[in-house]
Amino acid sequence: MSDAHKKLAGRLAILAVGLAAPFLFPAYQSQMAELWLFVVFALTWDLAGGQMGYNSFGNVVFLGIGMYACVLTQVGLLYDIGIYNGARGGGSATFVFDLPHYLEGLALGLPVGALLAALAAAVLGAFVLGMRGHYFAICTLGLGVAAGEVANSWEWIGAGSGMVPPTPPQVIGDLSRFYYYFAFALAAVTFLVLGWLYRTRFGLAINAIRDDEDKAEAMGLQTTRIKVAAWVIAAVFLGVSGGILGNLKRFIDPIDTAFSGATFGVWMVLMAILGGKGTLWGPVIGAVLFEVIKEATWTYLLGWQRVALGLLIVIIVVFFPQGILGWLRERFPDRFGRRVEADLSGTAEETAR
Amino acid sequence: MTAILKVAGVSKAFGGVQANRNVSLEVEAGRIVGLIGPNGSGKTTLFSSIVGYHPIDEGSIRFEGQEISRLRVVDIARLGLIRTFQQTRIYGGMTCVENMLISSSQRDARLLDLFQARSPEREERAGDLLDFVGLYPKRKLEAGSLSFGQQKLLEFAMALMNQPKMLMLDEPTAGINPTLINGLIDRLKRANEQFGITLFVIEHNMRVIMNLAEHIYCLAHGELLADGRPEEVQNDPRVLDAYLGAH
Amino acid sequence: MLDNLLILVQAPTITVDLVLNGILVGAIFALAAYGMALVWGVMNIINIAQGEFVMLGGYVAVIMSAHGVHPLLAVPVAAVLLFGLGWLLYRTVIFRIVERDLFTSILATFGISIVLQQLMNTVFGGDVQVAQAHLGTLLLMGGMVTLAQIKLLSFALAAVLAVVLVLFLRRSRLGQAIRATAQNARAARVLGIDTDRVYAATFGLNAALCGACGALVAMAYTVHPYIGLPYTIRSFMIVIVAGLGNLAGVIAAGLSLGAAENVAGFVLGTQYQLAFVFLLLVVVLVWRNWRLARKRQYLK
Repeated sequence: MSDAHKKLAGRLAILAVGLAAPFLFPAYQSQMAELWLFVVFALTWDLAGGQMGYNSFGNVVFLGIGMYACVLTQVGLLYDIGIYNGARGGGSATFVFDLPHYLEGLALGLPVGALLAALAAAVLGAFVLGMRGHYFAICTLGLGVAAGEVANSWEWIGAGSGMVPPTPPQVIGDLSRFYYYFAFALAAVTFLVLGWLYRTRFGLAINAIRDDEDKAEAMGLQTTRIKVAAWVIAAVFLGVSGGILGNLKRFIDPIDTAFSGATFGVWMVLMAILGGKGTLWGPVIGAVLFEVIKEATWTYLLGWQRVALGLLIVIIVVFFPQGILGWLRERFPDRFGRRVEADLSGTAEETAR
Repeated sequence: MTAILKVAGVSKAFGGVQANRNVSLEVEAGRIVGLIGPNGSGKTTLFSSIVGYHPIDEGSIRFEGQEISRLRVVDIARLGLIRTFQQTRIYGGMTCVENMLISSSQRDARLLDLFQARSPEREERAGDLLDFVGLYPKRKLEAGSLSFGQQKLLEFAMALMNQPKMLMLDEPTAGINPTLINGLIDRLKRANEQFGITLFVIEHNMRVIMNLAEHIYCLAHGELLADGRPEEVQNDPRVLDAYLGAH
Repeated sequence: MLDNLLILVQAPTITVDLVLNGILVGAIFALAAYGMALVWGVMNIINIAQGEFVMLGGYVAVIMSAHGVHPLLAVPVAAVLLFGLGWLLYRTVIFRIVERDLFTSILATFGISIVLQQLMNTVFGGDVQVAQAHLGTLLLMGGMVTLAQIKLLSFALAAVLAVVLVLFLRRSRLGQAIRATAQNARAARVLGIDTDRVYAATFGLNAALCGACGALVAMAYTVHPYIGLPYTIRSFMIVIVAGLGNLAGVIAAGLSLGAAENVAGFVLGTQYQLAFVFLLLVVVLVWRNWRLARKRQYLK
């Protein structure tokens, strides 16, 4: 089998497993849906963090904007949002969503979420992506919390009491399974799009910015535009994932679900670093591993879970910063197409010199 | 002959230190011009002023007739005026070929152009230029793993890949193995002849600059001290004084 | 919002009240910020766990007051305990990242901050706590301006701490070693200064400072496990505005931030006060960046 065939076979296998998983493990549907969303989180974080060297703590802003925008669109198509939120979702008797309307809301809500998240990334990016490295990191930390605080105080979207996404009609059946396929499709598309992106010159450009931004600028690369574009691409996928997550969770808390810097915001960084930043597969591996560890230890650690996650960050950052793929690449460079020795098949003229 | 770069009455101070005072010089298109001067005479400051790293206090800098003293680094680079750094700067985490591929000219490039697939012509050109500087066998290595001298050559190749109209080199031979210097001089000359790139070179090594440049400017204490053909400058007593510190 | 602005104009005593109370809390901000600047300047580490040290100091006071000890005594106790914690953290984690890039330190201390905040949340729960100091209130301007005596006291103690710290850095041998290391760590090593010990002491000293601040916060205001991040962000903002190693600037920026926050909390509504702090950070950073860009100064 040639390499191309192997690659295709591998992808088909993942596709098959992904499609069959809800039927194989029906008890873990919502966890698996969450897993695919985590893959999206890690991949999109790595686009700016790993590939471009702009480590953001504030990507939850796009997640939250996508989430609220999607759910508000779903509701707003049929009912008055203020009244709906005033009644706290009001029970399924008052606010009914039949199948065509529910699907219509979703079909419109997810793109609206993506669009608004992208818009936010473009506007915020134009301001904050001009900053270098650590200023950017701390600024995004501030952005994430500020967004959460605003959502937490904004009555129209439910403020601190949160918001309930539309109750799905009975026909949909198992909601977790329904949204599992959304999450899986999104993860697959994100992976393919980013894989393509890293093969274009845009991929080289963001790597160049990571390695030496001053040099990239001195060579005429319009670094600010490139950085904003990268953030916008990340925001599009995060925005969609927000819409899916909100509907999957059935309840949006402004600080614990939407703009959840302390959970999703940190986890995306952790997953990407764990798997290996700056690689395509690293974030995927990191997300899978993280979700498995998280779910497996949940019952044993009880309240200590989040303490353990903090410890995990410290340990990974201090002792294992290159991540799993980064470590493998150092050990077995040949397998990753990296050379450590000169290729002596150079031109004759060359060897004579 | 027309001047591609015209620096007129440029002054620049950092705090109380006058790094450049009323410097005027011209670089004619298609030639190799040298800039010499003792340490701390303001050569690199002048370079940085020209390519846009800091604002100048007074004077004007024109590139192909266009005033560039208020433009930013990117915009100046996109006009076709590229510089290399004294402390060599390359993209350490990428392979040599990747370093080359992302260095191609951005003159008319828009953001969307970056989303095209990699083109074979570009890859071929990258290979040719790596061959030109003698790094072809190392093209798949991570640039950060190269020796300092090799990184310097790579940076030079990247600058050529950019197809600049004018290239400003800050001490191209510093840190390079002396046995390789002749080869480098030869390559600089060929870049000038074959690709028609105007060169403006800061150099400490007198032998190199005398061999290379057709016209030399000498700075001392931030001011222009002398200029002329290499042998004129070499025999100018003021230049000798400046270097020997007989002030 | 506009109504509230109008009130400020029509009733200047309210403004005075807000600004004065803001300045009082601003002293604590300034002290924590000075600690951050110290660690940043000496060790090139941006400590995201800064606010968590403050929070821990607050809990020391809360626990002591719950056991019948006057929380004023918690100020030195918190300082000593936090010094120990800071020193321990340096010896276990921080010394491994001292030479690495700034982002590594941001991430690692961010991890530490999560550990500390979740630890306190797990042990003490998320409730808001205070350490009662049982002091009265001062009424000024005919009762229109109220100042809690404990806030005045905490302001005075913060000032004393600042003076002690400055004297320590100027006069003591360790203080001089710290300042030498800040200027040039390699040269300091050549001169025989044990920079590793200096780093440990600096990190511990910063933690102690934050701990003392925290005890004051617990007495004059409130603590809960999640107050850390806002304190970190405030410190960072103050350091950015004032610059490293500029004590006068840090004090001015800290006091102004306290006042600005209080006024903003009144105008926008207190529920937006935290959002204001974080947005102010973004504005400060954007403004700083814009100023640098205008000067064409891109090189670090």
